Amino acid sequence: MKTKNIFLLTFYFLLFAAALIPAVAVSAQQPTPSDDEVNAIARQLYCPVCENTPLDVCPTTACHQWRELIRQMLAEGKSEAKIKQYFVDYYGARVLSEPPRTGIYWLVYIVPPVAFLAGVYLLFRAFQTWKRLAKEPITGADHSSSLGTGPEPAEGSGTAADDEYVARLEEELKKRK
Amino acid sequence: MLAQFGFGVFVLTFLLALFGVVAAVVGYFYKSDRWVEAARRAMLLTFPLITLAVLALAYLLVTGHYELQYVYSVTSNDMPFYLKITALWGGQAGSLVLWSWLMSAFASAVTLRKWERDRELLPWVIVVTSITLAFFLSLTILYENPFARWWQTTAGDFVPRMFAPAGAIPVTPLDGQGLNPLLRHPGMIIHPPILYLGFVAFVIPYAFAIAALVTGRSDDRWIRLTRRWTLVAWLFLSLGLVLGMRWAYDVLGWGGYWAWDPVETASLMPWLAGTAFLHSVMIQEKRGMFKQWNMLLIILTYALVIFGTFLTRSGVFSSVHAFAQSAIGPMFFAFIGITFVTSVALLIYRWKDLRAEVEMTSLFSREALFLLNNLLFMGVLIVCFWGVIFPLISELVTGQKVTVGPPFYLRANGPLFGALMALMGIAPLSAWGKSTFKTLGRALWKPSIPSVIVPLVLAILGVHNWIALVGFTLVAFVIFVTLFEFWRGVRSRQNKQNENFLVALWQLAGRNRRRYGGYLIHLSMVVMAIGILGIELYQTTTQKTLAVGEDIQIAGYTLRFDSLAQFPYTDGRIVTRAALSVFRGGKFLGDLYPRYDYYTTSGQPMTIAGVRSTLADDLYVVLVNWEDVSAAQAPFKVYHNPLVNWLWIGSLMFIFGFLVAAWPEREEETRKGKI
Amino acid sequence: MSQEPNTAPTPKRGVPLWAQILVWIGLLGLLGLLAAGLLKAKNPILGIGSSVPDFTLTLFSGYEYNGAPEVKLSDLSGKVMVINFWASWCQPCASEAADIEAAWRSYEETGQVVFLGVDYVDTEPEARAYMTEFNLSYPNGPDMGARISQIFNRNLGVPETYVIDRQGVLRFIQIGPFQSVAEIQAIIDPLLVGR
Repeated sequence: MKTKNIFLLTFYFLLFAAALIPAVAVSAQQPTPSDDEVNAIARQLYCPVCENTPLDVCPTTACHQWRELIRQMLAEGKSEAKIKQYFVDYYGARVLSEPPRTGIYWLVYIVPPVAFLAGVYLLFRAFQTWKRLAKEPITGADHSSSLGTGPEPAEGSGTAADDEYVARLEEELKKRK
Repeated sequence: MLAQFGFGVFVLTFLLALFGVVAAVVGYFYKSDRWVEAARRAMLLTFPLITLAVLALAYLLVTGHYELQYVYSVTSNDMPFYLKITALWGGQAGSLVLWSWLMSAFASAVTLRKWERDRELLPWVIVVTSITLAFFLSLTILYENPFARWWQTTAGDFVPRMFAPAGAIPVTPLDGQGLNPLLRHPGMIIHPPILYLGFVAFVIPYAFAIAALVTGRSDDRWIRLTRRWTLVAWLFLSLGLVLGMRWAYDVLGWGGYWAWDPVETASLMPWLAGTAFLHSVMIQEKRGMFKQWNMLLIILTYALVIFGTFLTRSGVFSSVHAFAQSAIGPMFFAFIGITFVTSVALLIYRWKDLRAEVEMTSLFSREALFLLNNLLFMGVLIVCFWGVIFPLISELVTGQKVTVGPPFYLRANGPLFGALMALMGIAPLSAWGKSTFKTLGRALWKPSIPSVIVPLVLAILGVHNWIALVGFTLVAFVIFVTLFEFWRGVRSRQNKQNENFLVALWQLAGRNRRRYGGYLIHLSMVVMAIGILGIELYQTTTQKTLAVGEDIQIAGYTLRFDSLAQFPYTDGRIVTRAALSVFRGGKFLGDLYPRYDYYTTSGQPMTIAGVRSTLADDLYVVLVNWEDVSAAQAPFKVYHNPLVNWLWIGSLMFIFGFLVAAWPEREEETRKGKI
Repeated sequence: MSQEPNTAPTPKRGVPLWAQILVWIGLLGLLGLLAAGLLKAKNPILGIGSSVPDFTLTLFSGYEYNGAPEVKLSDLSGKVMVINFWASWCQPCASEAADIEAAWRSYEETGQVVFLGVDYVDTEPEARAYMTEFNLSYPNGPDMGARISQIFNRNLGVPETYVIDRQGVLRFIQIGPFQSVAEIQAIIDPLLVGR
């Protein structure tokens, strides 16, 4: 090979190597995670010792330590899920803003929709019963529905409203006067 | 001397309340008007008596009688006069006294009126209100006595007692601990009394409901008698909640207004049942339906009021709000047991007599929509109740504590509240009785058209969050429907009476106060929803430690840290205050002064955010006091809360709507038979 | 009272039995729950004289007990056990740490007493600094998931110390820091008497 080519080759190689150095140096040392990155995770966690205080606004020394711990774990490249799991392992399920979906904690998610749907079903059943009974002929049962006092006259609302029922009622009341 | 007098008055009032219960029951069963009248007078007498005791307590607070444990714990020499008055409800003992005082006031107001038509209800109304009053007084007398004083026992301990323990000497501290700094904010001053006004006012319709159940009446007389009480109770409860939200927003320093803390949720639950009740009774009045629902709802409201009070004060539930633990838990438990069991038993006993006069015939009728309304409110109630008691269950079963927080509630309640908003739009256009999908659809299509434009416009403007799109569309829908209803009513009057627009509007609202007042309140609710959607969906936050001259950016704003100062202030606090300049797009908008106050006597800090409020958003800056703060550099936390001020605007609107709805009727209408 | 033509006089049924049962069970369940909650709130701390439930303390690396990196309470029966809860962020804990270490040293050779340090909701680097500062030589471990603290005190604060006798029965509770080594020894010595 000609000397000039060897020189050029070596030169380019060194240039290439030199370009790699900063890249290597950077990956060995991460920038410190900012407060916002720490808070993004701390917001989802609750202080392990205080009452119902989210970790990003908790003022105690201990909470400060926990936020620094999050910062350190972020700097090590740990993911959000791993950090949250660490907190649960170390401090218990109470650090999460809602119960984990394991074991008995499933109940917290299941009961409300089940109860609500049960209510819907019951009312629907009742409605069906009314509809069915409404179709049956009236068999002369007693019509009074209150004990003690007689029926109260319903009030008319007077003006404006397209209230067909009320209008009819007023007619009936006028008839009875 | 004055303290013993005050305590004696409480004991006397307690005995009077008990006498009232006995006399009323005797009067009912022996059909003796004299006994019932005696019970009524006993109830009326409780109010001036408790007022005397309250005045005594206020005097002792203002004059700094620190030998009394309560005065010692909530006042101090450096507190201004007005704060010493508000310290009356600044602690557990005083707030229980406030409860009793309000209960007595309302019960007296109710028993003052002429009772000719409803004589048989009176004894039971007295029984229920007297028992509730007696219960709260018993808590004061036995456990949380504001007139107890400090003694030093022979062992050297300091104990608070009403009467001297053997061999103890009385002790008089020279200064008190002072009111918790968090309670020195204007919002916190009126929040407890207003909330209690709401809670206590709901006892009145409950008392009438129980009276109706006991006497076997299934008509709606009790509802019409307490109609205004229900509205007033609802107003105060709503206001109390909003004030709590405002206070949390201003003073707690985390840029939010509601944390779904158990105590907060516990005060929301009676509101849910109460609002459902408020709507459901309309159906009983108009159609004779929902009698069972209404009994159930008012019993639930009362039960939740008592349960919420128990939750806040018993130490069973962990919360930032809870009062310090005390011995009243077991007493509350007994009271809850008795009232819940009695109410449920009565309701079951009378269930079949509460059958509707008319049954529902269509799923698209107004009655059906109100039924859906009840169901949705109950749904939210179930979610909230379950979320509050689940940690207790979980801890008893597993031994581990667990938190049920905002994600749970928002995910579950969001759709339910969305459905309720939709109902606010659909129900006013629905018809009573027979209705089909077609008839409802025909009524709905006009306001629906402009509502469909809203999400399109928003999407074009860059809003892609589907919750926001649905939410704002529903808001727009309700606004269009409500305005449409007003317009329709006004036009109808104009055609009939030839009035001009404003006169027609005035007359319209005047003759249908409840309906149009209600519409105004619905409008105010969706305006509040605008604020809630804005802050919940679009809040952003950032935190940074700034050296003097550095800036922090959020949502297009730039805040520059200018200076920091620390100085002592009048009532024994040291204030650390930062000055920041706000810019947007290079233009100077103003200064903000976030600060925190450190109260030396109690050693407690309070953060006050610097807030720049506009209709579009709030720029909310907190001086972070738990990291290092110096004149050269300080950490700041900034929140950007879009649209949040509509939350407060909406709450002012519902006061106006309430006034329209609850304004007393004119004479002629009263004579016609509307009571 | 006006009626619509197709209104039915619905039969007056009371609440069906199954609904009544459900409601009463629910209500009594709620009351039971509240009662249990009240009891727990009133007595959050394990009672003196009660048998302490078994638990396992995983030790910090660098500590061991009998060659194992964890300690089970049941393995320690026959010895007097001193369980001390501390945290690096707790000032009063620091004030008693030296006394506890000294007390431990005084009992170490007898082999009759075991000291266990439980680090309550703490962070490891700070905890290590604390243990190094006070030369804690007895086994220490973090309270993983805050489970051990829940056994002793539902509302545990630090420092708290629990002394258990040879039969595994809780005999003494110290809320707050000890003032001196003598104070600690005065509690342990009576429990060493007899087998």
